[in-house]
Amino acid sequence: MLPIDNFREEVLRALGSSVLQSAVEGGELTVFVARTRIAEALQRLRDDPALAMSQLMDICGADYPGRPERFEVVYHLLSVGRNARVRVKVRTDEHTPVPTVTGIFKSAVWYERETWDMFGIPFANHPDLRRILTDYGFEGHPLRKDFPLTGFVEVRYDPEQKRVVYEPVKFQQDYRVFDFKSPWEGMTAVQLERENGEEGGQ
Amino acid sequence: MTYAFPEREEVLENGKKVVPFTVNFGPQHPSAHGVLRMILEMDGEVVERADPHIGLLHRGTEKLIEHKTYLQSVPYFDRLDYVTPIGQEHVFVLAVEKLLGIKPPPRGQYIRVLFAEITRILNHIFSITMFCNDLGAVTPSLWGFEQREILMEFYERVSGARFHANYFRPGGVHRDLPEGLAEDIAAWAEAFPKFIDDLETLLNQNRIFKQRAVDIGIVTKEQALEWGFSGPMLRASGVAWDLRKAQPYDVYDKMDFDVPVGKTGDCYARYLVRLYEMRESLRIIKQCLKEMPEGPVITEDRKVAPPQREEIGKSMEALIHHFKLYSEGFHVPAGETYTAVESPKGELGVYLVADGSNKPYRCHIRATGFAHLQSIGEICRGHMLADMVAILGSFDLVFGEVDR
Repeated sequence: MLPIDNFREEVLRALGSSVLQSAVEGGELTVFVARTRIAEALQRLRDDPALAMSQLMDICGADYPGRPERFEVVYHLLSVGRNARVRVKVRTDEHTPVPTVTGIFKSAVWYERETWDMFGIPFANHPDLRRILTDYGFEGHPLRKDFPLTGFVEVRYDPEQKRVVYEPVKFQQDYRVFDFKSPWEGMTAVQLERENGEEGGQ
Repeated sequence: MTYAFPEREEVLENGKKVVPFTVNFGPQHPSAHGVLRMILEMDGEVVERADPHIGLLHRGTEKLIEHKTYLQSVPYFDRLDYVTPIGQEHVFVLAVEKLLGIKPPPRGQYIRVLFAEITRILNHIFSITMFCNDLGAVTPSLWGFEQREILMEFYERVSGARFHANYFRPGGVHRDLPEGLAEDIAAWAEAFPKFIDDLETLLNQNRIFKQRAVDIGIVTKEQALEWGFSGPMLRASGVAWDLRKAQPYDVYDKMDFDVPVGKTGDCYARYLVRLYEMRESLRIIKQCLKEMPEGPVITEDRKVAPPQREEIGKSMEALIHHFKLYSEGFHVPAGETYTAVESPKGELGVYLVADGSNKPYRCHIRATGFAHLQSIGEICRGHMLADMVAILGSFDLVFGEVDR
């Protein structure tokens, strides 16, 4: 593979002013771009003859409730010719739509549907923004951090009504949450120390 | 159930009416490979539009993993693509190792490659023979399941479970190979080509098989790239791309093997690519067995991997480590990674975000079949309904993975 820093320079040159920040972590390049210019950025990465990021492998969301713009939408691109990957990110919140990239990559249709379904991130001008993984008539967006693991409703077959009914979740016993913020911090410290020590060698 | 589309009615010259209609295919259909529901808009026998409805097997794996420690998350990967359990664990343990900054010892890496390739054969036997099953040939699947049973016995001997092995661990593998297993795998690897030969004799020039597979569901190179295809699906369309060669992990860079590439991109090419990949996997398995060094199979770092049973009886520290690892689990330093492996079905990726605690903050699974299935509307357009079944079969979908 190419030295990652040269590659980063090339990607930044191709993207121009749409880049907000970029970072290389563990040999993986991450680029934050302005939300309104995501489609343009992906198109440039795809059409740049030297980069030829011809495959959009994945789009997913991530929820950070503490931030002013709580969601990140993460795009993973792959160049088969260059054998290189790049991760492009935009930030948004639950009300601000992200421009769709379905016009650039066909594979984005389902990935964006999934991100909408799981996080409730709206995509502007998406041709078919239905839910995809959850049940017909599902309410809420399950991968948000404020959505409980157990959900809000449970489902069972009601023999009297002869159909499947939804009811609020009932617990036979309280859901157990283990708090591991223990004083035993040795593990984390050791991990971090070795991580820092080895970085120079790699 | 059928619905008429009055606005699309067509009246022929002889006064007869032609009405396009919608067919609901699945979710309970033997060739829907589990639980796929498709809404097909038909023009007679010809599919005009296909709209897959997935998610009937959605179990919220990603959400569950956010609430489990890293070690507890590994078994969820067995249950994604339940045809190839160990192949799925591989990607998660590699992602965790990357964030931890550790590497398994050589023997552990060899064992992982060995079992990743056994899993590839396990998958390809299933996918080829079930593809034949979809085309109406039952014999190959009867033969194939016999062979799969032998491989699942290897799984059982090494991990204690036929299917959901939970064998790969961050830092290596759980246990060393039991006595005699390496010899038995070597003996099987000598005998197995006979099965592939038989399969080829039965299918390669079989007139009925070729009529159902050749020139059906052609995916061009451009289409394959645009739809995010990977693995045998991409290679059948003529793109020589294999993550084991391009971005090698574990000891794949030491292995000598070829990557079969198809030319035509139809169902037959996909069948042939999988068939030849089995032979290449056998080559890798033989090399692994020959070159595998002695030594530990899992990292000696007691902050990640538990101590051996004998040690726990003698050392207080070992006892503490064991207890902490199986209750709190290890902490992973904050960071994020997208790690991908060449699973038998294609690129399986994990986007893992760690926040420094003992649980993943976010674990997105890039499912292979999800990308493949999404193209089915375009690939099936203009094909007969029965050909759509053949195309679905050749896509090698498992809904545990597509729906997650």
